[in-house]
Amino acid sequence: MQFNEYFIRGCSAIGAGLAVIAGIGPGIGQGIAAGYAANAVGRNPGAKSDITSTMLLGQAVAETTGLYGLLIAMLLLFVQPLGIDK
Amino acid sequence: MNFLCMESYLGSLWGELNGAGDVDFFIKGLVKLPFKFLGKDIYITTAHVCALIVMLLLIVFAIFANRAIKKASLTDTPGGFQNVVELIVEMLDNMINGTMGKNGKKFLNYIGTIFIFILISNISGLFGLRPPTAYYGVTLPLGLITFGMITYNKFKHQKVKGVIKGLCDPWPIWAPINIIGDIAVPVSLSLRLFANILSGTVMMTLIYTLLPVFVKIGIPSVLHIYFDLFAGAIQTYVFCMLTMTYVTDAIGDN
Repeated sequence: MQFNEYFIRGCSAIGAGLAVIAGIGPGIGQGIAAGYAANAVGRNPGAKSDITSTMLLGQAVAETTGLYGLLIAMLLLFVQPLGIDK
Repeated sequence: MNFLCMESYLGSLWGELNGAGDVDFFIKGLVKLPFKFLGKDIYITTAHVCALIVMLLLIVFAIFANRAIKKASLTDTPGGFQNVVELIVEMLDNMINGTMGKNGKKFLNYIGTIFIFILISNISGLFGLRPPTAYYGVTLPLGLITFGMITYNKFKHQKVKGVIKGLCDPWPIWAPINIIGDIAVPVSLSLRLFANILSGTVMMTLIYTLLPVFVKIGIPSVLHIYFDLFAGAIQTYVFCMLTMTYVTDAIGDN
């Protein structure tokens, strides 16, 4: 069965939109990390710089999964690996 | 992988649809090399040129810093440039020794080098370059070097017996999962850096090309601070920090 180019391009756009839903998880995770960091600073204001650097490190690691979704979306949109003859 | 490598027709198509300029964050081939690799044309791309510019800047900086430090004597008060260089070295010293402890001395050169290189690469978007780290061909080797360092130090300090013991951690059945976990380290390290900087580049390009003119006054500067300076600095810190943590883990306690 032969699909035409516009069908594939439209499906790629839908797929890209679905892939970006991966951003929900890191959003929640980063929020939790920031909340606990604020909590920790409230208890121990002297350790603020240490807490901030630890929080940023953890958040950046948590961000990775969301970025995988973003990468998939960008592959679908701009590289278009699915069945279009150029 | 031809990933975001050659010019794509979709970028110009998108621009036409919106009546704005070209959406242009793709890497372009500048000079075609006279040979083929695996049946594909090889180009000298804008990514290479940007990486070379960054390296040239660092080399010039290193030469001047070397000269300033050699000229310095104990009795003089240090000048401005020497102060800056000492500040950078002290900051890197503190970061590396604070994370790696007594092992820090051996890795100071390498970690300091990649820290400065990645940092300058990430913020080079401010100066109109396409950041070299927004190209997977730059970040994957960095991740692979880290992987090599981890593996080498594991075999050096834990010996073959320790490595096998580490692979069969709870039970021998878990060995494949542990191997996958080891291989995921360079992949996730390189993809994290690459995707962060690429998303910043794409966002800035979209803002510059797709918005009407009156929105482009002042607003992009704030976004530049976030996407280029903040995200760039954080990702540099994260990359170096994770490299140091993994290597310290591989060395172990003894």
